Amino acid sequence: MNECKDCGSRLLAWIDERFPLLKVWNEHFAKYYAPKNFNFWYFFGSLALLVLVNQILTGIWLTMNYKPSADRAFDTVEIIMRDVDWGWLIRYMHAVGASMFFIVVYMHMFRGMLYGSYKKPRELVWLLGMSMYVALMAEAFMGYLLPWGQMSYWGANVIISLFGAIPVIGDDLVTWIRGDFVISDVTLNRFFSFHVIAVPLVLVFLVFLHIVALHKVGSNNPDGIDIKAKKDKNGVPLDGIPFHPYYTVKDLFAATVFLTICAWIVFYAPDFGGFFLEHPNFIPADPLKTPEHIAPVWYFTPFYSILRAIPSKFGGMLAMFAAIIILFFLPWLDRCSVRSIRYRGITYKIALALFLISFLSLGYLGTIPPTPTAAFFGIVFTIVYFAFFLFMPIYTRMEITKPVPERVVWPPKPFLEREGWTPALARMIWKIMRPFFEKLAAILQSLPPYKKAAEAWSNTQTMIKNNKILRKFL
Amino acid sequence: MKHLIFVLLVSLPGLVAAELTAPLQSPDLDVFDTESLRRGAKLYGERCIGCHSLKHMRYKRIQKDLKLSDEDLKTLFPWLDKPTGTMTTAMPPDDAEKWFGLPTPDLSERIRARGADWVYTFLRSFYQDDGRPFGVNNWVFNDVGMPHVLWDLQGTQKAVVKDEKGTPVIKKLELVSPGSLTKKEFDLAVNDLVNFLNYVAEPAQIKRKKIGKYVLFYLIVLAFIMYRLKKVYWKEIH
Amino acid sequence: MSQDDSQIDHEKRKFLTQTATVVGAVGATMAAVPFLSYFKPSEVTLEAGAPIEVDITKLEPGQLIRVEWRGKPIWALKRTEEMLETLPKLEPLLRDPLSEESIQPAAAQNRYRSIKPEIFVAVGVCTHLSCSPTYRPEVAPPDLGKDWLGGFFCPCHGSRFDLAGRVYKKVPAPTNLEVPPYRYLTDTRIIVGEEEQQEESA
Repeated sequence: MNECKDCGSRLLAWIDERFPLLKVWNEHFAKYYAPKNFNFWYFFGSLALLVLVNQILTGIWLTMNYKPSADRAFDTVEIIMRDVDWGWLIRYMHAVGASMFFIVVYMHMFRGMLYGSYKKPRELVWLLGMSMYVALMAEAFMGYLLPWGQMSYWGANVIISLFGAIPVIGDDLVTWIRGDFVISDVTLNRFFSFHVIAVPLVLVFLVFLHIVALHKVGSNNPDGIDIKAKKDKNGVPLDGIPFHPYYTVKDLFAATVFLTICAWIVFYAPDFGGFFLEHPNFIPADPLKTPEHIAPVWYFTPFYSILRAIPSKFGGMLAMFAAIIILFFLPWLDRCSVRSIRYRGITYKIALALFLISFLSLGYLGTIPPTPTAAFFGIVFTIVYFAFFLFMPIYTRMEITKPVPERVVWPPKPFLEREGWTPALARMIWKIMRPFFEKLAAILQSLPPYKKAAEAWSNTQTMIKNNKILRKFL
Repeated sequence: MKHLIFVLLVSLPGLVAAELTAPLQSPDLDVFDTESLRRGAKLYGERCIGCHSLKHMRYKRIQKDLKLSDEDLKTLFPWLDKPTGTMTTAMPPDDAEKWFGLPTPDLSERIRARGADWVYTFLRSFYQDDGRPFGVNNWVFNDVGMPHVLWDLQGTQKAVVKDEKGTPVIKKLELVSPGSLTKKEFDLAVNDLVNFLNYVAEPAQIKRKKIGKYVLFYLIVLAFIMYRLKKVYWKEIH
Repeated sequence: MSQDDSQIDHEKRKFLTQTATVVGAVGATMAAVPFLSYFKPSEVTLEAGAPIEVDITKLEPGQLIRVEWRGKPIWALKRTEEMLETLPKLEPLLRDPLSEESIQPAAAQNRYRSIKPEIFVAVGVCTHLSCSPTYRPEVAPPDLGKDWLGGFFCPCHGSRFDLAGRVYKKVPAPTNLEVPPYRYLTDTRIIVGEEEQQEESA
């Protein structure tokens, strides 16, 4: 056997002459300088990528046994769940993954709103991200038809019928989308085609553009400071650290925690109480019988509530689409020069809180039947939702902001300390509550399970300290 | 603003529609209790499969999961020559429509949509109603088109009706003539049946629940290692 | 950003990176198991490939019937006395006359390659490239030459087998025709896909 010590580096050199491997690696990992003060909210970008990979992989596997025809679709899903070895796991991973995708994406988007990540020079990053969100909704909507259950059928029926509200062309448009006079085998086939290949290709391409655009302008951070403004003599931002290894190890840790949560759901609550897999969808589609209560999957419910809030078919449709489209304009609606919520005025903080409350409430209202009370609150929160955007150019212009520091605040201050008015309040609450907490703690500590646990914990610690290998982890 | 909060607080309970049917009760489900599953399967074979298929459920799978020999399977389902195929019903769907007005639902699909609590309460909530074709009605499913197939076990129940603002509302069900089982025995039998149906709704849950804990344990260990790895790299970032 | 090399605990970094890699690789391997097992035949396929029964009551001497099992043709041939007499004569011309390298149930590993000498059951698929050979019982036909005493001839690449499915020398097929697992339910009924219980444990 030949000794080949530098084979690896020689192979790399061979590739590098033909492909900019080292350049890509440096630009996007080893010498991509990210602000060092990323917090919890900054995990969701890489987590979204992780979920995308999961969806593509499990999706490919599901396609091997699924048959996109009205006769066979429901049965083949049951075959995957029962008769194909490990089919249930792949299917649950895909279904739970879809919901997790939206959780992650909503967190990622809210992060952008917290820290002004959509503002100049990151407008294009935001627009590409929003395009991905729309593509993701299309992907999820069409994917939901595929199991051909009652909710698949009637959900698709309701949403597609919406287009019928468009004047003049409405009816023809709906028939054109369905390819039939009702949702049928034909519709199922085209949705399948879009779901498994067309939209995923678009999504992957948009992900690529999103990252390229982001790495061109650099990542924002919780302080909303441009770290490129202060560089050392080598041109490295003073508050930047190389993405690899610092953020690769940090994101890996976040990914394992995230996977633990996902695994718990997949193995112990795969339908998540009817939120991830709706119960009526376990009955095959029946075009003659609507389920008693139709609700879209949870990630569409805020927009579904807006649709229901408007007492006109065409108006409802317009409002629903407007609620999504308006997000695209966020970079231009927000006139405040400060990015991060940490240094923005109280008006934006209140506005964002109201927006969050209205979005979550609309989401909740979309899951329950439209009682008069629910309808009333649907209207209230729809108004709040749109008011947040429509009045934004006004209230953000008048904002009284705090001075933004020149450098990233390091180490980051805890939330209570950062918000000037809270420590006093927190101290007061603590003063009143302290005796209760102490009494509670005393009671808990006297209970046998606590004593056992404490004993076990101290034993474990001694064991770890006395063990050569385990000690290394501490 | 204050007014709005008041409206919010007052109307919150109103967001959920009022319940007109029986309060649901929960069965004691345990997919690892093979004995209970076998008893449930036997009851299903005796009383249910005549009308309700379990068309996604394979006899082979039941044999494997319930740890049954060929003879055991034959005692549970005496009509079987060999343990192949799925648990279809012998009744043609046309007949079902003739007798019950609707095709009888397949229970390997329906149970997961309804939920075990509903099924458990439903099976115990039949009461005498001479106005109905089969002489019984159901507190959970008003005007149900299904006879009370377990009546000889449970006995006959009567609805205790109270008048509430002009509409009669069922308050509870009373046993008027006992069946061959005591109330406790009957509840246990229905519990076994629902346990079996719950298993049929998702046979994979046996494997799912069994391996879930190992997967979680592994991921927690990995998360711990990753946490230490992150810590050791980030030590120098000041 | 200052990176003081002396501050970095290289040994601990290396240790934890290696641990994470090994534990992660173990996890990735385990995660691959469901994805690979998914490819196995499903219960639907397995039940479709369940054993089948063949009724041989009406099989005439010299007649061959074909049935399908797991998507393959299964032959059942009732051999006449004359046909059986040809088998020992041909043995010098055969590659594996004792079926030592061929696939058959233990009860059928004999000169006749069958449980009962007159009834021959085989998978009608050439062991060369999976064509189905034709049944040529006639003696010395012009196209197969005067030495032909009856047997099976594969039209694809010219492989020759005798009436017990044993392959000739100097033809492309490597082994004798496969005999599927089968057993007699009664004298006139065969089940293909199942062997006698004792033979499985042997």
